[in-house]
Amino acid sequence: MQEGRWAVAEYDIRAELRYSREDEWVRAEGDRVTVGVSDYAQQQLGDVVFVELPEVGRTVDAGEPFGVIESVKTVADLYAPVSGEVVEVNDVLAETPEAVNEDCYGDGWMIVIATSDASEVEALLDVEAYKQHIKERADQDH
Amino acid sequence: MSNATQGFAYEEALLFELSRPGRRGVDLPALDVPDVDAKQLLGEAFRAEPADLPQLSEVDVVRHFTRLSTWNAAVDLGLYPLGSCTMKYNPKINERVARLPGFAWAHPHSPAERVQGLLQLCHELERSLAEISGMDRVSLQPAAGAQGELAGIMMIRAYHEHRGERRHKVLIPDSAHGTNPASAALNGYDVVSVPSGSDGLLHPEAVEEVMADDVAALMITNPNTLGLFETHIGRICEIVHSGGGLVYGDGANLNALLGRGRPGDLGIDVMHFNLHKTFSTPHGGGGPGSGPVGVKSILEPFLPVPVVAQAEDGSLEWDEDRPLTIGRLHGNHGNVGMLVRAHAYILSLGPEGLRRCADMAVLNANYLLARLRGAFHVPYDGAVMHECVLSDRELAATGVTTLDVAKRLIDHGYHPPTIYFPLVVAGALMIEPTESESREGLDRFVETLLDIVREAHEEPEKVRSAPNRTRLARLDETRAARKPVLRWQPEDV
Repeated sequence: MQEGRWAVAEYDIRAELRYSREDEWVRAEGDRVTVGVSDYAQQQLGDVVFVELPEVGRTVDAGEPFGVIESVKTVADLYAPVSGEVVEVNDVLAETPEAVNEDCYGDGWMIVIATSDASEVEALLDVEAYKQHIKERADQDH
Repeated sequence: MSNATQGFAYEEALLFELSRPGRRGVDLPALDVPDVDAKQLLGEAFRAEPADLPQLSEVDVVRHFTRLSTWNAAVDLGLYPLGSCTMKYNPKINERVARLPGFAWAHPHSPAERVQGLLQLCHELERSLAEISGMDRVSLQPAAGAQGELAGIMMIRAYHEHRGERRHKVLIPDSAHGTNPASAALNGYDVVSVPSGSDGLLHPEAVEEVMADDVAALMITNPNTLGLFETHIGRICEIVHSGGGLVYGDGANLNALLGRGRPGDLGIDVMHFNLHKTFSTPHGGGGPGSGPVGVKSILEPFLPVPVVAQAEDGSLEWDEDRPLTIGRLHGNHGNVGMLVRAHAYILSLGPEGLRRCADMAVLNANYLLARLRGAFHVPYDGAVMHECVLSDRELAATGVTTLDVAKRLIDHGYHPPTIYFPLVVAGALMIEPTESESREGLDRFVETLLDIVREAHEEPEKVRSAPNRTRLARLDETRAARKPVLRWQPEDV
């Protein structure tokens, strides 16, 4: 029997990515930073039914909400893990929000930010720190 | 004995599908005024093709809606434990009073001198709500709780603007109802979420940390959505007030305080009342709701218009002449029929009866919690007020979730409790029994939940596939949200 949401081992947390404390993942390639939500986030949310993303060209500050994700259970803000300009948006999610559940690190990507400060990526959690963050929350979880 | 049985379970088609050409519910008398050419009269607004409305007889329509009504869950059918919604029984005397012709047939545009009785009722209800809450004045205008909240925050904004202060933030605890940030955002405020402590309460230090001279208000629900009384409310209000902000009280959970504590005495400056929760007016299925908003005297100039006022000769009138008002919120005078019902409720219970409401609501919630503790995880344990919050954590190994438990309750004839709220609890089940339930009724509900827990361990598939005894099996909520069908379309002709 699975342990459900209470065990870190249940989540696909990937070593090649970095993570925010709000459960966004980032993949940095030069100054282009692709952003989505982690497997932990999509499992916690349950079936995603709607994703609202910004327009290309909008500038965002790290920690600022850039969009909204809605599941059958709840609605949550999406937070920009780094500062910069939104240069690409995954418009496909408007029609197929289920991609966030099915392939959160692939087809479920959300935006690409051209970052103005590469050190912000370094400041995000690495895989071990993020797993620890999940575990701590599960321990405290009410 | 199970709470539900199977018997008459009607299928029912859409009105459009029941339609037959030429069928009708009325016979219009022969025209006895000169005929006019509608086309000429209406010009471009005249439609060449009649709208394709369903054509039905009176009995078709009556049966259609009566059949649909048999699909409803209702508080008149059984326990409706929807947390933070206070689905209490609506006493029938309310309906009787609301049907008195002087109330039921009053036209909203009647001159004040023709509806003095109704104005007197509005005036007395305002005074009762003020006395119950510790507020100075109350507007009966808002049509529901969310509109009352909106009105409250509009008054807070008007107050700061009138004083020439620019404040652009509103503080909201992370356990708040979603309407709180919505009301703040609709007024152009930035929302700052304030984390609750590990005991589920809002702590003065957390408020102090974010309080600043650009904060317009703090919005707080007391008891909060975990059913816990915010014991630091006095100190929290002091912090906000000393920083020049105001405190908004969300009245959703007022049922727990009736006759025992007054938000105004705790430091709240403005609050709304949900008459359809605390004061037993119809709830759900369109109510309609009613959300009066009460204020301390500093906010009185900003109240919505009109307010009931006494003229020099002692008669009552609608006062519209209030220069600082936030304006009008409703086409007429609020949902007046609900005001009549709430007033009947308050008068029929009296102060002692209202106090007993709060006492019994709190006792019932604590009784449920005491009997369910152990079978369910209790995230913030301790004495609760009018509702308790459990989680599915103990069921994790079975693969059964809160949603499954909620669906399985339907098989047993219970409306599910509020689920996955408050957001600070993973897998929350939020149960509010209200004062309406007897000991036997609560015991039956507890036994049902305990049976479901047993079933989750022994036959989890039975719970995960629920509901199994309903007219329709589990609905695909995900598909309904992703690909909603919002409009009936005729089959290809």
